[in-house]
Amino acid sequence: MREGRPGSFYWLAALFALFVLFLYGPMITIVLLSFQGPDGGLTFPINGVSSHWFSKLWLDGLPNVDIWSAFARSARLGLVVMVLTVLLSLLAGLAYRKHFFGSDTLFFVVIASLIMPSIVVSLGIGLEFRIIDDAVKRYAPAWLADGYDTAMGLFTSALGAHLTWTLPFGLLIMFAIFNRFDARYEEAARDLGASPWQALRHVVLPIIGPSVVGIGLFGFTLSWDEIARTSQAVGYLNTLPLELQGQTTTVTTPVIYALGTLTTGVSLLVIAAALATMLLLRRRPLRTASAAPKRAS
Amino acid sequence: MMERGLPAWAQALPLAVVFVVFFIVPLLLTLMVSFWNYNEYEILPDFTARNYLEAFEGCAERLLAAPPELCTTLKTYLTTLRIAVVAWLITLLLGFAIAYFLAFHVHSSSMQIVLFLVCTIPFWTSNVIRMISWIPLLGRNGLINQALQQLHLIKQPLEWLLFSEFAVVLAFVHLYTLFMIVPIFNSMMRIDRALIEAARDCGASGWQTLANVVIPLSKPGIVIGSIFVLTIVMGDFVTIGVMGGQQIASVGKMINTQMGALQFPPAAAHAVILLATVLLVIWGLTRLVDIRKEL
Repeated sequence: MREGRPGSFYWLAALFALFVLFLYGPMITIVLLSFQGPDGGLTFPINGVSSHWFSKLWLDGLPNVDIWSAFARSARLGLVVMVLTVLLSLLAGLAYRKHFFGSDTLFFVVIASLIMPSIVVSLGIGLEFRIIDDAVKRYAPAWLADGYDTAMGLFTSALGAHLTWTLPFGLLIMFAIFNRFDARYEEAARDLGASPWQALRHVVLPIIGPSVVGIGLFGFTLSWDEIARTSQAVGYLNTLPLELQGQTTTVTTPVIYALGTLTTGVSLLVIAAALATMLLLRRRPLRTASAAPKRAS
Repeated sequence: MMERGLPAWAQALPLAVVFVVFFIVPLLLTLMVSFWNYNEYEILPDFTARNYLEAFEGCAERLLAAPPELCTTLKTYLTTLRIAVVAWLITLLLGFAIAYFLAFHVHSSSMQIVLFLVCTIPFWTSNVIRMISWIPLLGRNGLINQALQQLHLIKQPLEWLLFSEFAVVLAFVHLYTLFMIVPIFNSMMRIDRALIEAARDCGASGWQTLANVVIPLSKPGIVIGSIFVLTIVMGDFVTIGVMGGQQIASVGKMINTQMGALQFPPAAAHAVILLATVLLVIWGLTRLVDIRKEL
């Protein structure tokens, strides 16, 4: 026999529903407002329905900013961060299954990076590159120093800043993955004569694959959205969220909502692609497993 | 012996290099530069306490004056702390309640995953956009003011809804409650359900079970979530900037402004002070729990 729901269930369910509304409500408002007619303003009521603000965004961008270059820069950076986050976290996750010198220190550093106020990291990286620049200009041979401006840039300082933010998430997810991983599969592969690489390639990776896709998702979306750590470490060319942050008070038309709808669309596409890949990868081992006995008979 | 593949240290090396180059060295440089001197044009290698002294210049006199008052720096630190504590309390209560609902009231695990994803998806979208999206709701002519005026509850639109401390805290709750939900939910899922039944069989009321079983066993998650929220909020300058209409001073904003003015040594000194404050908070919280065991 099962008892009915306790009273607290209904209170908490109502709270949960309100929380979901609180999470998604504002987002839905700007999506609605971005599809207004040409007379639309920043607030309700909605004036007409059109894709006017999207075509305006596509043709003119935002005033004073080359938004599409920023868009492309952020996308490229996000992809590089994603690939590096997956590779480095995976490698380090494998390392942490064994023991190595300094493993506790490294773990401590990674956690410290995760909870370090971002402005401090950003300032530190900014200082580091400024000192490098000064040193190059003062001491480097002429062929290097002539025409040298700065080492700071999207794929140097900004990339590093992003990795200090995405890699801790990646490593923690790897820990969670291997905590639940049954090492007997791997031992079985070894007993059957697989090399470490073969065991990794054919046994470990297919099992942990879906979760590794999750690391990629974190890598891209955290980078795509990063402001605080990038702010002092980006050099001359801003990423998209940095440009957006500067536009919040200056743009007074729904074109900013159109851009918001668009970037959210990109995020949602990435999330959907990641989730679909995870489901697909999760299903594949089952299929091969059910096919195996047939082959044997 | 069996072939072992790459040695472990070599596998961890790339990650370690990233953190040495982009985390350890920058932090050490920050500490170093906070003791450097500077003039209008450049930063000068030196060993001086000038930046720390100037940060709190006149604070002591003004505190001791009659009537005592706070200097700008102390006011900024207090504002930052106040906002952090309020945001922390709200995210903790809300995050705990949501995690409790997911862990104890949702019984099918697929439903749990779906609802959990529903909470998580906004986290993967842009924070700035999520902040901007409050403008049509909270603005002077926003939805909330319109509704309140039509209900004749107010005559003038409420000005404190947007570009205010209220808006800042609201945005923090909006953005970071998830950082509470995830670790608390994780802790709650590890609680042996038999313990809760045992508590009930022994005659404990719902509240007694909550206070004596669930909360103590959720402590690791509560601590981890609290560290996350407090450190993010205390160092924040983006949310406070956007939602405060660039009118509210926080420590993070102060550092950012000084960096913009190329005053690196004083910015570094404030970064060191901020870091010390944050570390103190974390140290206090980690006395309560061993993080490594909880993953």
